Amino acid sequence: MTPINHVAGRAIPFGRKNVDTDVIIPAQYLKTITREGLGRGAFETIRREPGNIFDTPEFAGAPILLAGDNFGCGSSREHAAWALLDLGLICVIAPSFSDIFSGNAFKNGILTVVLPQDAVDRLMEVAQSHPIDVDLESQTVTTPFQDRFTFEIDAFRKHCLLEGLDEVGLTLAQGDIIAAHEGRLRADLPFLASANA
Amino acid sequence: MPNTNNSGPRTLYEKIWDAHVVERRDDGTCLVYIDRHLVHEVTSPQAFEALRVAGRKVRRPDLTLAVPDHNLPTTARRDAAGKPIPIADAESAAQLDALTRNAPAFGIRLIGDADAEQGIVHVVGPEQGFSLPGATIVCGDSHTACHGGLGALAFGIGTSEVEHVLATQTLLLKQSKSMEVRVEGDLGPGVSAKDVVLHITGVVGAAGGTGYVIEYTGSAIRDLSIEGRLTISNMAIEHGARAGLVAPDETTFAYVKGRPYAPKGADWDKAVAWWQSLASDPGATYDKVVVINAADIQPTVTWGTSPEDTVAIGGVVPSPDSFADESKRQAAAKSLDYMGLTPGQRMVDVEVQNIFIGSCTNSRIEDLRAAAEVLRGRHKAANVKWAIVVPGSGLVKAQAEAEGLHTVFIEAGLEWREPGCSACLGMNPDKVPAGERCASTSNRNFVGRQGPGARTHLVSPAMAAAAAVTGRLTDVRELMR
Repeated sequence: MTPINHVAGRAIPFGRKNVDTDVIIPAQYLKTITREGLGRGAFETIRREPGNIFDTPEFAGAPILLAGDNFGCGSSREHAAWALLDLGLICVIAPSFSDIFSGNAFKNGILTVVLPQDAVDRLMEVAQSHPIDVDLESQTVTTPFQDRFTFEIDAFRKHCLLEGLDEVGLTLAQGDIIAAHEGRLRADLPFLASANA
Repeated sequence: MPNTNNSGPRTLYEKIWDAHVVERRDDGTCLVYIDRHLVHEVTSPQAFEALRVAGRKVRRPDLTLAVPDHNLPTTARRDAAGKPIPIADAESAAQLDALTRNAPAFGIRLIGDADAEQGIVHVVGPEQGFSLPGATIVCGDSHTACHGGLGALAFGIGTSEVEHVLATQTLLLKQSKSMEVRVEGDLGPGVSAKDVVLHITGVVGAAGGTGYVIEYTGSAIRDLSIEGRLTISNMAIEHGARAGLVAPDETTFAYVKGRPYAPKGADWDKAVAWWQSLASDPGATYDKVVVINAADIQPTVTWGTSPEDTVAIGGVVPSPDSFADESKRQAAAKSLDYMGLTPGQRMVDVEVQNIFIGSCTNSRIEDLRAAAEVLRGRHKAANVKWAIVVPGSGLVKAQAEAEGLHTVFIEAGLEWREPGCSACLGMNPDKVPAGERCASTSNRNFVGRQGPGARTHLVSPAMAAAAAVTGRLTDVRELMR
């Protein structure tokens, strides 16, 4: 996973509340076999509207998305996180996120930043014309106008994001205790320890 | 046992949990060992892709079993010459092809579409003895709770978790709260396991089990066959619980014994002794208890677009105003609009144009027997345009044919299909047309679940058969002989 610390650049001032995963990536895109390329279906219904914020040239390649309350609610599809990554979005700032979405985002190296609504409102204003700056190490979001907002993040998640550690890699590093458990299983519950037809 | 956190009398869930904790962390997160992993074609391609990109292997391919089910057509898969018939939908074909390539590439056994044992993962696992009591079982599918009917701790996972299990045979989890749903007494004639679980879902609510693992107890549950128990635990997720389970007993042991993957010889005796020790201890407590009187359960149908929208077949469509909660009032009004129903309308007056007998909830041999019993010597009504019976596996299909059940279905005007998930979610060509109704033995009546605009009424197999005969939702007890 790509380590993430400093994210600086334009932020898409989206701001909508209760954006569900069907809006982020519609169900017809679930029949894929790769994580790449889902950007073509991301926010499809919104992007059908002429002049929508996602296809405004000055936000092309923006790494940050500003969203409203309860971002990522609905189905558990991980495709929502993959779709954002494919659009180049690596940080989402909102007043709140659905639990499942923020877990999926984390597992894919996307930083989700929770800030109060008034802070998000201010960032929405700045983002219309200026870049913003997110620093994970110091847990701050700043603007060229001296705005400075701090955010909370789970210490384990912060560590993983900063180091680019993925959960699979971390657990693989515990191979010895997993092997010890398998040893106990073979001794105590051999019928669970292996499956033979 | 390692890392036991639960002291004193323990529940079935706590005993299985304790036996599988590899490591407990300070914040309560546990690294939990997974005994059996079922893989299908929809949620696995990106997990295999991630392993490949990172140069990682599958830790225990021998504890992993791959079975395609969601995308497979249920029409003939081979032509007269025995050659595979290509799948029309390119994306379905690509997902199936990916599983066919990934399983052998990572050393995993694949039960493919040409194999006699192929079927819905949640039917195949128990049928093969791959799913065992006391085991932790996962699959990238929310109906994995199904295997809990054997007394396993089974639950659905996302694609990143599929990758995590493939690579490490473990998951990072926090222990859930426990709930007991006790159903005491005898079920009346015409009342099946499906009616019990629909009734439970109505009582507990679609989100009532969120954060809990449910143990189904009581004489009505103990009296059920394994097929019936699998039907109950299958729908644990429909009342919000990630897992639901029934304590293993003599009925369970008799079901498991002799199946291809079942323990043999000395291992079998050891297994039975351990399984017998798993029943919740006297004095073990649950965080929440729900008690249901079996005599209160009628043949049950759904009227709305959430599985909690249940009503006895003799009842009427409720008025949105009858709900205390404002958000439920709004949801009910929206549901009735989608379903094309009016408050006060009798459920038995609702006409259906489609019948689906199948899905991981109700496609086992007992389900087919119950449906055939109602259909024997009868014919579907003229207004029923499409009626299909989709066995849960190739072995269920073969058993049904040995008993002549397929002839009963065909003579009644129903189609006898190949095994798979089919019209439960319509990822394959089996869909219900927009605006039409389906009496369906599946598990979800969500908006668009069986096809865009499709209107689903969840019922038991016998009730689906009764609806086929009369062309409307019907109390099966009126057709019983």
